Amino acid sequence: MRLALDIFTALAVAGGAFFFLAGTVGLLRFPDTLTRLHALTKADNLGLGLVTLGLLPLVAWPLGALKLISVWLFVQLSGAIATQLIARLVRREDPQA
Amino acid sequence: MSMANAFDVALVALLLAIAVWVVVARAAFSAIVVFIAYGLLVAIAWVRLFAVDVALTEAAIGSGLTGMLLLGAAARLRGTTASGRCGLTLRIVAAMFCAMISLGLGAVILTPPDVVVTLAPAAMANLPPSGLGNPVAGVLFVYRAFDTLLEKVVLLLALLGVWSLTPDRLWGGVPGPQVDAGPDGMLAFLAQLLPPLGIVVAVYMTWTGADHPGGAFQGGTVLAAMWIVVIIAGLQNAPSIDQRLVRFLVVVGPAIFLGIGLAGFALADGFLSYPAGYAKPLIIVVEVALTLSIGVTLGLVALGTPQRMRRQ
Amino acid sequence: MVSFLLAAAIFILAMVALGLFRVFCGPTDVDRMMAVQLLGTGGSAVLLLLAVAVEIPAIVDVALMLALLAAFAAVTFVTSASGSPAAAEDATDSR
Repeated sequence: MRLALDIFTALAVAGGAFFFLAGTVGLLRFPDTLTRLHALTKADNLGLGLVTLGLLPLVAWPLGALKLISVWLFVQLSGAIATQLIARLVRREDPQA
Repeated sequence: MSMANAFDVALVALLLAIAVWVVVARAAFSAIVVFIAYGLLVAIAWVRLFAVDVALTEAAIGSGLTGMLLLGAAARLRGTTASGRCGLTLRIVAAMFCAMISLGLGAVILTPPDVVVTLAPAAMANLPPSGLGNPVAGVLFVYRAFDTLLEKVVLLLALLGVWSLTPDRLWGGVPGPQVDAGPDGMLAFLAQLLPPLGIVVAVYMTWTGADHPGGAFQGGTVLAAMWIVVIIAGLQNAPSIDQRLVRFLVVVGPAIFLGIGLAGFALADGFLSYPAGYAKPLIIVVEVALTLSIGVTLGLVALGTPQRMRRQ
Repeated sequence: MVSFLLAAAIFILAMVALGLFRVFCGPTDVDRMMAVQLLGTGGSAVLLLLAVAVEIPAIVDVALMLALLAAFAAVTFVTSASGSPAAAEDATDSR
């Protein structure tokens, strides 16, 4: 049981790290502000979600797990809103983008 | 090298690179963004040093509120040109000064005394009678309560300093520009969803400060941040600085703290000492009052000087 | 497991560091601002991994604090860049 949970944690955290890599590559290599924003928000939030998922078996239940999930939800909320605001600003300043 | 050491080495290398970048950056905006990054990395460094209370404050103020203030300042300075660059002499003097400080710190840290003098065991041993479990809270409210009281007064003085920059004709006015909110907009959505959750987190931070890292300052910072979000989104107007409620809230924390301190003359051994058995309830009262005051004070400092009179 | 978590933390820290190159290159200020977004997410991930690796649950509170204040810099940037939040939102057809 412990081994199964450890393998789950390892896979999820590795997946999360991979998505962070994808997000950073997108941020550095995509041609355009909006595409870079897209890569950043989606990939990084997914990466954080996978890391949170992987850490769930390792924390105290229920309060520790609840805190972990609430961190992820807060980051998602602020990420989503900030992305929308930034994107609208880009659209406003450069309508061709 | 163990993985923990590898992490520390990576963190320190990144910190140094970012610190150099902040100093060397040409554009103010780049420097500010990198400074926010620096604040976050320093928070992680505090975590590695097991100073979680400091890390909480650094994450909140160092990269949150300070970043916000600097971005606002950069926006105001956009379009102006620097009046002149620093001369070479000034730079050399500054560099020599920084080098001296670095060498001094390095010498002190790299050659520790044979017997390290520390009060930590005595501090932990004397904590139980106060009912607190967090040694940082013990230092703040039991051992060095006088310093904490003075710090809160310093915060008040900082607010007065910010207010003193108001032009005479705007005294008693409202900080910040007039904001017309679209109630269906994105920012309004954030300002409706985030503050209730933020208030819960603030209460949690203050309450858990008794036994775990946290405390009145961290809780107050979250309250200030939530209030600022509501004002920036335009869901509520910034208060004019002559409102009685605002001034009362700013003062209530230090006043209660001072009152309890003075009551110590009559009820206990002296200034800021607590009567036996009543330490924890009194500290809780002080912490709640301080959280409110710190929240309002930090929010007002972040909002800045009054820029318009309130519409009657 | 602890070593693995710390290795993942080092990796994500390196990703955040690489992402800061965008601050260096990014042609517009908006590109630079996006790096702050990256910091918020990546920093939270690093802190969560640290919290479990050194077994100090209080570090999750630091990540919580960071998550709450992550939107701040972006919100300030957007409102100060456009002059008012209403102006920043009328760019596209909003609901």
